[in-house]
Amino acid sequence: MMDRATEQDKPNGPVAAALLAGGIGAAAMGVVTTLAAASESFAQSLAWIPAVGPLTGKSLVSTIVFFLAWLVLHFRFRGKEVNFNQIVTISLVLLVIGLLGTFPPFFELFAGE
Amino acid sequence: MEISAREGWTVLHGMLFGAAFLLAFAGGLAGLYSLRPEWITLEGLQERMARLKIGMWTMALVAWATVITGTFIVYPWYRARPPEGTTDLSAFPRYLLLASESTAEWHRFGMEWKEHVAWIAPIAATVVAYAVTYYGPVLAKKPNERRAIMIFFVAAFVTAAIAGIFGAFINKIAPIR
Repeated sequence: MMDRATEQDKPNGPVAAALLAGGIGAAAMGVVTTLAAASESFAQSLAWIPAVGPLTGKSLVSTIVFFLAWLVLHFRFRGKEVNFNQIVTISLVLLVIGLLGTFPPFFELFAGE
Repeated sequence: MEISAREGWTVLHGMLFGAAFLLAFAGGLAGLYSLRPEWITLEGLQERMARLKIGMWTMALVAWATVITGTFIVYPWYRARPPEGTTDLSAFPRYLLLASESTAEWHRFGMEWKEHVAWIAPIAATVVAYAVTYYGPVLAKKPNERRAIMIFFVAAFVTAAIAGIFGAFINKIAPIR
């Protein structure tokens, strides 16, 4: 019963931090993909492994942004009770930005150079 | 009964890792959806949570394995540029697709979407695995949190499914050999 009571009191901050970081990571993929479509020179700057091309940078940047954001937000929200609905709404908006930014008919609208 | 190393990696990436993730989704979603105190006993809840935690972390790891093998092992073979003057493009799937207007959209739309959107799946799946582990059985009494976690779980599935479906079609039309 003690365990249950302790778990019941768990603050929502850490989970809110993970959800928000997930949204930020997804949005990072969408933004980087769209920027790479808009600028060939930016795309080439992401080709860290030539055989893989710009997808190297796009995938690694979004992964690093996700884990870094999670780390920062985790320590910021740790042990705290936050406005969960607000955080979830922001996370979902960021998730949608990620989905939109990785959708070819969308990012090709910005194709330049 | 021979299979090349490239075909083997493609099978590992798509048929083992990718398909395993998609197949596990139904079980995971059912587990999350039915995580309600009025539907299960305390003993049932504890037994289910252990299974759910293992299942979610396995799915997250499999999702990472899928995108890493896909991007860094299989994808370079797909996008390899043929030497000047090559007329047989069968070993260069990207250029084979782009060589004909009837197949070019499989690259321009299908592959371009797949290679990017797929990376959202492991991110979302990792968030779900962490949240399930953090709350444990208490998640059954937190409908708001459970709903948010389920949305991320569905997002992980949808993005993986887009990648999986296009991957299967593209490998059918322009296989990696």
